[in-house]
Amino acid sequence: MISLSRIRREFQVGDERVLALRDVDLTVDTGEYIAIMGPSGSGKSTLLNMIGLLDRPDSGTYLLEGEDMTTLNDKQQAALRRHKIGFVFQFFHLVPRMSAAENIELPMMLAGFEAGERKRRVHEALEAFGLTNRARHRPDQLSGGQRQRVAIARATIMQPHILLADEPTGNLDRVSGKDVIDILEALNQKNITLIMVTHDPELGRRAKRQIHMVDGRIDSDR
Amino acid sequence: MKITDIIRFAFRASTGYPTRTLLMLLAMAIGVGSVVILSTLGEGARSYVVGQFSSLGTNLLIVLPGRSETVGGPPPLLGITPRDLTLDDAMALQRSSAIKYVAPIALGAAPASWGGREREVTILGSTPHLFQVRQLTMALGRFLPEGDASRAASVCVLGYKIKQELFGNASALGEPIRIGDRRFRVVGVLAKKGQSVGMDMGDVVIIPVASAQALFNSASLFRIMIEANDRDAIVRAKETVLRIIRERHDGDDDITVISQDAVLATFDRIFTALTLTVAGIAAISLAVAGILIMNVMLIAVSQRRAEVGLLKAIGAPGGQIMALFLAESAILSIIGAALGLLLAAAGTWILTQIFPDFPLIVPLWSLWAAVGVSVATGLVFGVLPARRAARLNPVLSLSRR
Repeated sequence: MISLSRIRREFQVGDERVLALRDVDLTVDTGEYIAIMGPSGSGKSTLLNMIGLLDRPDSGTYLLEGEDMTTLNDKQQAALRRHKIGFVFQFFHLVPRMSAAENIELPMMLAGFEAGERKRRVHEALEAFGLTNRARHRPDQLSGGQRQRVAIARATIMQPHILLADEPTGNLDRVSGKDVIDILEALNQKNITLIMVTHDPELGRRAKRQIHMVDGRIDSDR
Repeated sequence: MKITDIIRFAFRASTGYPTRTLLMLLAMAIGVGSVVILSTLGEGARSYVVGQFSSLGTNLLIVLPGRSETVGGPPPLLGITPRDLTLDDAMALQRSSAIKYVAPIALGAAPASWGGREREVTILGSTPHLFQVRQLTMALGRFLPEGDASRAASVCVLGYKIKQELFGNASALGEPIRIGDRRFRVVGVLAKKGQSVGMDMGDVVIIPVASAQALFNSASLFRIMIEANDRDAIVRAKETVLRIIRERHDGDDDITVISQDAVLATFDRIFTALTLTVAGIAAISLAVAGILIMNVMLIAVSQRRAEVGLLKAIGAPGGQIMALFLAESAILSIIGAALGLLLAAAGTWILTQIFPDFPLIVPLWSLWAAVGVSVATGLVFGVLPARRAARLNPVLSLSRR
């Protein structure tokens, strides 16, 4: 489903050129549960952004469901992000002036869904994530765990095939972190491919496949 | 994305930051308001002056003694006193077929008294035709009687204000008043009429021109006012006047003929230019408001980097993000323009309260121009910030909090 070959990404940091990804090869099948681990600056977030089409490789090929991603323009990539990929971030990235329900609705609004359909799906999502009585609250009125649940609801509202999570528990306490992981794993049970970047080895061990990265290379893949 | 959603999103985004939104609206409102108010004032001044000139009469020519050179050339080496215009000159003009009325005017000041009251008044000596030429109206009695212009009849017509001051509420008709060392019988009172350029017709006493010349012991006329037959006859009348006076003045072109239309047209042009100038100056404030919008939107973009990154991550292409930010500046300038129009309406209302006589006309073009320019500046100056937002790197925008 996801097939990366010889993906290379360089960054200019000051005078130095940093190789964030050195010719990475990776194949992911539908429904897999993968944890990407490694020290800071090892390129794990870059890899995740690459898979999520937020970043473009300098060289190499990326096939998503058999389609070459590297040749697509901004608009086509945006459409794929909208329909096939969901993002969950460490810092939630909820729009502060919008209520929980509106944040969840946002991707459907961008996609131009009908108001009725939007309302129905938001309602379902709020129920599914136990946020019904928090629908009208703004992010600053929600706890960290609730915020991340809103973020996950938003990431899944378009029913994507792939869920990308960058340190999803990095900003949460243990209990709500566990909560969030349970939700993500439950989504994975429904055949959504889950790729998670994490520092936490304990979290990483829960994944069926663990990828360790060092210096922009895949060091181990079990 | 639906257009209604774009508008709602942009609207919510602007209400999300009330202070900067209010400041921006204020700048835009002041810009639009000043364009409308200033062009209204300019337009008012124009119609005021044009109205004043029109109230002088229609198809009017004014003959002045002396030649005012407007074509350049050196001034005469020896000071030449222009030949006076005389009553005979005026009477000679009456022969022309292009001319309908001729009203010679002799002007001076003299004390006028009735009963115990006395006052220095402007004396206007003329003929019955002044009535038509100046389009006067009578409140009481009649105007100067027809007859030989060179006969110094002892009758007078009072301006409205003079009548009030000398007689109060008493009847003036038929009463004798003393002007200088002569006695005149009041035959009429002019109706109250507004000021008309240079001379308040309420504040004069009109007597036959020969009487005035005798009173001031002078044979010269202040000017001659002429009404041409119709609009088309104005040019012909002017030529005729010049020709007749030249013949009478031994071949010298020593008079000046002003046509009211020419003066009007000139004033019209001057004031239109003036209006456009002040409107243009006010438009600069719109441009400043536009730059402010750009500035504030640039700040908004950098404040909302994470939001932009997120929008990209959940599938908004660059074009959509650009549309969102452009919509935001457009909404702000439209609301700002609307507030500006309200401001202008309030300003105009206040001005009409302070100067009730001054005609304040809001020119329609200024409304369109002000709103058009404000929305255009909003959009033009919104493009740069919107493009910056659309081009933000999502990875970098999301990585910082």
